[in-house]
Amino acid sequence: MLKGLNIALKDLKIESRAREIFISMVVFSLLILIIFSIAFSDLLSSASKTATVASGVLWICFIFAGTLGLNRTFATEVQNSCMDALKMCPIPRNSIYLSKVIFVFLLMLLVEIITIPMFSVLFNYQFTAIIWVGIVILLGSFGFVVVGCLISALVIRARAGEMLLPVLLLPLSLPVIIPAVSATSGLLRGEDIFSLMSYIRLLVVYDFVFFAVSMLVFEYVVED
Amino acid sequence: MATIIYSMMGETILVAEDIFRDYGCLHALNGINLRVEEGEFIAIIGPNGAGKSTLLKIFASLISPTEGTLQIFGTKDHDREDVQDRIGMLSHETFLYENLTARENLVFFGKLYGIEHTALDERCDYLIRKIGLWKRAEDPVKNFSRGMKQRLSFARAIIHDPSLLLLDEPYTGLDMNASSLMENLLLENPAVTKIMITHDLDKAFRLCNRLLIMEDGNIVHDVGANDPNARKFAEAVCFSDGGQFKC
Repeated sequence: MLKGLNIALKDLKIESRAREIFISMVVFSLLILIIFSIAFSDLLSSASKTATVASGVLWICFIFAGTLGLNRTFATEVQNSCMDALKMCPIPRNSIYLSKVIFVFLLMLLVEIITIPMFSVLFNYQFTAIIWVGIVILLGSFGFVVVGCLISALVIRARAGEMLLPVLLLPLSLPVIIPAVSATSGLLRGEDIFSLMSYIRLLVVYDFVFFAVSMLVFEYVVED
Repeated sequence: MATIIYSMMGETILVAEDIFRDYGCLHALNGINLRVEEGEFIAIIGPNGAGKSTLLKIFASLISPTEGTLQIFGTKDHDREDVQDRIGMLSHETFLYENLTARENLVFFGKLYGIEHTALDERCDYLIRKIGLWKRAEDPVKNFSRGMKQRLSFARAIIHDPSLLLLDEPYTGLDMNASSLMENLLLENPAVTKIMITHDLDKAFRLCNRLLIMEDGNIVHDVGANDPNARKFAEAVCFSDGGQFKC
């Protein structure tokens, strides 16, 4: 399994040179922020009103930027049929999946690290309970990436696979998006963390179940 | 009726019994039976759609047979990870990452095959020199010509020193020089068992000692390359469409 993690390092090396995925994710995320900051300019004077829309705006940025990243995740493996070469290596096939999850999750984290301060600046908003907000964003992003990588592998060789990915991904990731948005919203409105624990538990269970299922079925997903 | 020969070159390394493979309602392979001995150089020839690539993909464990059993290196229904490090594959697809350098590609695949750091460095140096890309070792593969990519692809296929080399039309897109270099590389280690799909009958007869002639998912002839009837059989299948070459 550890040998297989070289695939994630290889992807990071390729991305550090090509910067195809990361740049488009960041630009897209910032563009959404700017559009919303203009559209909601009336709210900017009130922190409580900003708090009501903040969660939605942030998660729209993360989900759509993440979808862009997921669309390109397996593209390097399809070019020159590198996926066949990986499948022939003496590594468990689900280590390919694990590597892709690590790679996209890291990209999403970087995008989030850039997006959150930009949100603060554009919406003139001071985050409270930042640690819990961070934990919810981590859990939500992980669940989204876990499902996304599996579907990305499924559709990559399909015709119009890039169109198919969001169509399949967004409904399947609703069980993670809903608690993530609700928990973030509650935290930003200043609700007590204990009243939001049910959402966090739901996120943990979803992440665990989908990760375990994806690790089990990935071998069959990449079988011709 | 297939003409079957079993050469006595060494250990049996591959046994296929009644291999069927369907793609939906399309029957790509219809009961393949085959035995491959160590050190053989086998050419698989036949027209398009005969099932050659499907058979090779099954040997490479890229796909599973719909029915039948495959034994490679004595491992029944091969436990993939145990035998994968003894199989290499060279295809007309390069299996290379365009944004990595030649050396990085070899190092990456070497690590996946579990080669230790120092040994891997030495192996990469050796292979890069051998394929004549020493001066371009640190260049990204996207800047390489087709011939250079194919040479690097050959190095990638043998980075782990496999005992069985599967070759799927390795000469596609190569000019005469690159083709001749590839030929030399292939012939260099006779101990390695090679199974090659090719559309070039002359190359098949020159390089290989056994020919599998396939048609409609079956091996219709299994003959030694020195067999006086071999060329007749091969041409009968490849030229069977009113004299038009179908391969």
